[in-house]
Amino acid sequence: MTTLPDGRYIDDAPYEPDTGQEARNAELDMSNGWLVWLRFKEHKLGLISALFLLLSYFMLPFAGFLSPYTPNERLEDHLYAPPQMVRLFHEGEFIGPYVYPISAEVNLENFSWEYIQDRTAPAPLEFFCDGGEYKLAGLFPTTKHLFCAPEGATVFFWGSDRLGRDVFSRIMYGAQLSLTVGLVGITVSFVIGIVLGSIAGYFGGFLDWIINRVIEILRSLPELPLWLALSAAVPSHWGPVAVFFIISIILGILDWPGLARAVRSKFLSLREEEFVRAAEMMGAKPSRVIRKHLLPNFLSHLIASATLSIPAMILGETALSFLGLGLRAPAVSWGVMLNDAQNLASIEIYPWTAIPMLPIIVVVLAFNFFGDGLRDALDPNRS
Amino acid sequence: MAMIRFAIFRLITMLATLLVVSVLVFTIINLPPGDYLSNQINELRATGQQSGIAKAEFLRQEYALDRPLWEQYLIWMGFAPGPNGFAGMLQGEFGWSFEFDRPVSEIVGGALWLTVLVNLAAILFVYAVALPLGVLAAARAKTWVDYTSAFVGYLGLATPNFLLALILFYYGNRYLNLPIGGLMDPKFEGQPMSFEKMMSVLVHLIIPTFVIGTSGAAAMMQRLRANLLDELGKPYVETARAKGMSESRMLVKYPLRVAFNPFVADIGTLLPAMVSGSVLVSVVLGLQTIGPVLLTSLKSQDQFLSAFVLMFVALLTLIGTLVSDLLLALLDPRIRFGGRS
Repeated sequence: MTTLPDGRYIDDAPYEPDTGQEARNAELDMSNGWLVWLRFKEHKLGLISALFLLLSYFMLPFAGFLSPYTPNERLEDHLYAPPQMVRLFHEGEFIGPYVYPISAEVNLENFSWEYIQDRTAPAPLEFFCDGGEYKLAGLFPTTKHLFCAPEGATVFFWGSDRLGRDVFSRIMYGAQLSLTVGLVGITVSFVIGIVLGSIAGYFGGFLDWIINRVIEILRSLPELPLWLALSAAVPSHWGPVAVFFIISIILGILDWPGLARAVRSKFLSLREEEFVRAAEMMGAKPSRVIRKHLLPNFLSHLIASATLSIPAMILGETALSFLGLGLRAPAVSWGVMLNDAQNLASIEIYPWTAIPMLPIIVVVLAFNFFGDGLRDALDPNRS
Repeated sequence: MAMIRFAIFRLITMLATLLVVSVLVFTIINLPPGDYLSNQINELRATGQQSGIAKAEFLRQEYALDRPLWEQYLIWMGFAPGPNGFAGMLQGEFGWSFEFDRPVSEIVGGALWLTVLVNLAAILFVYAVALPLGVLAAARAKTWVDYTSAFVGYLGLATPNFLLALILFYYGNRYLNLPIGGLMDPKFEGQPMSFEKMMSVLVHLIIPTFVIGTSGAAAMMQRLRANLLDELGKPYVETARAKGMSESRMLVKYPLRVAFNPFVADIGTLLPAMVSGSVLVSVVLGLQTIGPVLLTSLKSQDQFLSAFVLMFVALLTLIGTLVSDLLLALLDPRIRFGGRS
């Protein structure tokens, strides 16, 4: 303690800012996005699912490169071939990834295909090799594949189907349609839901009444029969791309009521807030108030709930294609593939034809976990 | 008195909704270009069969398919006189199935009851499974019981219905000797109701009920668990525990009654999902409900048949919603009738 000339006292110890204080307040300085990320990270299952989904969607443009065959390439000598193992060691010696060539034989007792491995001649896989032509990202025609079957052998990770097409390659290509159908559908549903929901909630009155009745009617009807009826109306001569878009739009058209209802109820409470009044006083048009002042309030929450309705659409597409009213061959989707596997007898003898159901289950589960995690992370009322 | 007024009000709303739905259904059915008969006429012309054309033309006139769409709608509904006077849905005339060449009512007759039966069984299954499991999951939150039921629930939501049907079908038949296909033994078809027939139907119902109900049960279980967990944190639960009430008795007496509401209210959202599921599962498992009928009639543009099936499906869900609304009003004293302030 020293005394200054003007009689004030001063502490001799050097000034030390309170480090604990700063650490405690760190959260206050973080951006909202970072906070959401921190909370989302806690949800381990959600995080893993998010990574998985990111990877899956990133893979889509390169599906052709990653798969050894093109989706409709038929190997007539290998109908219903069983899954082949890729091995590394041949007779105790490391020779890199290889497969054993297989050859088909008809079992004349129960009339099924049986395959015999030739264990003496390991055929190493080829990498960056030429195969069937496909378009990379749908734009650049090329014949390069990451790996393909060696001369005189085949590589069926997950077996081949009734027509001798590689199930693994078809699943990769099928992902392109099956995974995007939900995104297109949810976009349609999002746009309709937000527009109608905000009109109903912001303006109220007669418009609100009409939109509410429409929502009630659509919600009280079973979805699948309506989906069926609408997709039965799709002309059969349309191309695969047109059918794909119309099917996703059909899926979206029946999904918006739930979203619109959520938007409407938020608007009803928010439109009485003072910041809305202030914006209106300053002469903002309704469209501006809705876009700039109201929607940002709960858009993130809406996105989280939208994530949760994507799996329903993926399942819907699968069901429609499975019943033969959705996507049609030569388009490849997981539902189309399962349509081939409808027959119980063939699943019993050749169980690998039912493999496309695995990616469906995994993707739908991942979307559910991801959506749950996102919703928890974005919930502003969380303790 | 207020209750009766409320019931009448709901009934009128339902009828109005049904009217709108009928317009919707009729529009959707007529979306595809052409109709069954004109397609058939074209085909017959191409193959040069004159006798068939005359019959098809006659049917076209008989069912007013040569008139403008709005007139067709009014005749179909029975609001306007057709070639044979008033003969529409309102008068109980459901039209003619061109593909099967029989009246619609004859084709769907038995299927209607079986559809109702399958859906009723599925709903009972949902309640029977979701109630105990949901309560258990909430009461033992964050233990292995909770996690297991959540995992099974998620799996139930993620597996497409029809796949579950195929899988269960296969294993049920293999290990439990459950019958494959149909809703009853073929020998009972067309037979009058008897005890053996009832048993046969019941045994055949096991797998369809399970398949249709699983996703609904999973969703409902999670909702009940969440609701119950919210209630369990409240002070009155603490009070009950503090005065020494046994856990199970306390659970049933207070929080469960509050958390139970959504159970009844959810019939409205549950039923459309059930009906959707039953259509799909019926097609896969070959049940004699209206599901397969709907699919074939939609594919062949057999318009009266598909329109009737769609209307029936809508009616079924609307009645279910009505019943749930009335039940809810009866059960929960906090819900007031009619006018909102």
